[in-house]
Amino acid sequence: MSIIKAEGIYKTYNETHVPVNALNGVDLQIEQGEFTAIVGPSGSGKTTLLNIIGGLDLPSKGNIFIEQTNLKDLSSKQLIDFRLHHIGFVFQAYNLIPVLTAKENTEFIMVLQKRPKKEREEKVKELLEAVGIGDKANHRPGQLSGGQQQRVAVARALASQPKYIIADEPTANLDSKSTHELLDLMADMNKKYQTTFIFATHDQRVMDKARRIVTLDDGKITSDETFDR
Amino acid sequence: MLAAIAWRNLWRNKLRSSVIFASITIGIIGAVITDGFMAGMTDQRADAAIANEVSNIQIHNPEYLLNQEIKYTIPDAEGMVTKIRGLSEVKGVSLRLKINAMAASANAGAGINLYGVQPDAERKVSNLHNLLVSGVYLKNDQRFPAVIGQKLAKKLNIGVGDKLIVTLTDTTGTITSGAYNVVGIYKTANDIFDESHVFVKRSDLSKLVGFPDTTGDEIAILLTNNEQTQQVVDKLNKLFAPMVKQKAILIQSWEQIQPLIKSMIDMMDYFSYLFLLIILAALAFAIINTMLMSVMERTREFGMLMALGMNRRKIFTMILTETIFLSIIGALLGLGISILIVNYYATHGFDLSSVARGMNYLGYSAQIFFRVNSQFYIMSMVLVVIIAMLSGISPAMKALKLQPATAIRENN
Ligand SMILES: Nc1ncnc2c1ncn2[C@@H]1O[C@H](COP(=O)(O)OP(=O)(O)OP(=O)(O)O)[C@@H](O)[C@H]1O
Ligand SMILES: [Mg+2]
Repeated sequence: MSIIKAEGIYKTYNETHVPVNALNGVDLQIEQGEFTAIVGPSGSGKTTLLNIIGGLDLPSKGNIFIEQTNLKDLSSKQLIDFRLHHIGFVFQAYNLIPVLTAKENTEFIMVLQKRPKKEREEKVKELLEAVGIGDKANHRPGQLSGGQQQRVAVARALASQPKYIIADEPTANLDSKSTHELLDLMADMNKKYQTTFIFATHDQRVMDKARRIVTLDDGKITSDETFDR
Repeated sequence: MLAAIAWRNLWRNKLRSSVIFASITIGIIGAVITDGFMAGMTDQRADAAIANEVSNIQIHNPEYLLNQEIKYTIPDAEGMVTKIRGLSEVKGVSLRLKINAMAASANAGAGINLYGVQPDAERKVSNLHNLLVSGVYLKNDQRFPAVIGQKLAKKLNIGVGDKLIVTLTDTTGTITSGAYNVVGIYKTANDIFDESHVFVKRSDLSKLVGFPDTTGDEIAILLTNNEQTQQVVDKLNKLFAPMVKQKAILIQSWEQIQPLIKSMIDMMDYFSYLFLLIILAALAFAIINTMLMSVMERTREFGMLMALGMNRRKIFTMILTETIFLSIIGALLGLGISILIVNYYATHGFDLSSVARGMNYLGYSAQIFFRVNSQFYIMSMVLVVIIAMLSGISPAMKALKLQPATAIRENN
């Protein structure tokens, strides 16, 4: 059974004078353990789709199931709780709480999940080592490079032990070396923890690492390819 | 962890936070100093009134209070005095013979209250013997001595060693005169009192009006502790219940005798709190503005926190906690500095000599010793926190209205 099943998703933004149809009937299934890139030109609806999959926004039409749960059936309060326990996020920028250290940022999500202190500490240590920030655990985001900050964000996303992690252009602000490192890291984590990753990107280097590439154009899926790597 | 984040967030924009700390600090200092000044002034007035003028409790024949005629004396006054002196709360009791009279020197005349007192007993009840500016206090072996206030001395243009002629109506209704030797001149902070209160020996005065020396129309009682005033009044009312019931005597506390002082104290209290509230209301707007700015600047951050799964209640709590920290720091600074200032002026006094003439005329001392009761400090702290919580609500609501998807997209 798929962990994500999107059926006939439409999204229209009505906030502007002219309504914008960002998604025009998207059907998509994601299986456990995938490492999938959503690609397409600017304005094609990548962010919109990821927001809907990530439970940050609701579709105007269509259903989105996370395993058995239809996100439509959740109240806004339940949706927040659902995100906390089941979905991990890595954003393009401003991922971290600036006043908390790398360690505290990673621990924070588990505090919200009310996990016991001992478990939190072990997990934080393990993950920061895994993403290669072990020696900078007590640095605040301002004292870390962009690539290091994104690594901490990945560690935090993993710390919540989500069903899947959503990453919207996680490498957009990084130079090519950091981009490679971050992608390798995510691929490693995907293998090591069997965590599903779905990311949106423009970047050819990122696409080269993906095992599945879903292409969007004008709010529709125009191709869906799988690679063996 | 929320509290830790809130605390650290305070220091993200140090200048902005410092401005708020400073405003709250100055506001609190203003309120506390005002209270210290006003409370010090009124308390001092009350203390002086008790020590020099009215003592804690007075007993009269109720008829005397209405007519001020000397025939309305207190029945069995000496017996009562002995009983009262036996009470443990009582520091001193004085039986006085109080008569309205005209005082005259060679140059001028004035209406006065003439008090016949027993020097030793009076010393234990009133502090006047410590407030002499020249001469000495009444003594038993002096011949027809009188102690007068400085204001009256000036008015009559007399000094120590001069003669004072008093004219009054005796028990038979005849107008008589007596001559006294001025032996001492006192000065309190209350000009009106100094102008009208003349003290002579009770034995001299009763002889002049034709009473035995055991008579009196006023019993003044000083207590060791002013707080016990009402308690002792109740006790005395029980002790002399038959006489009280027959309306032969009336027992009054200083608050009843000088209701103006009591209402001044209450009013000053009320004004202090009013002033504090006005200051805090002004501060509330500064706090709301600061927190709104701080929330707007962090739109993306709140979007991120909501996306991660931080619920609205926690975000609300975090912003409110920040607001409370912000104001508590300001309040603690303000209270700390205020306590130092109040303590300084509580011991050294705040000199108002330049306007002292007017102050004395109203019965107030020119040297104000600040006084702030701990209740006012506690209340200002509590009020600051309440105001901070109220001020935090609107910025927090603003943050709650954010939609995570839109907030994150903001100025991407
Ligand atoms: N909140 C919104 N209000 C109105 N229109 C929106 C909103 N969000 C997105 N859109 C529009 O919807 C369409 C899809 O936007 P989306 O951000 O999903 O594209 P994208 O593929 O992520 O683009 P990019 O590669 O530039 O990030 C665009 O035309 C965009 O202008
Ligand atoms: Mg996008």
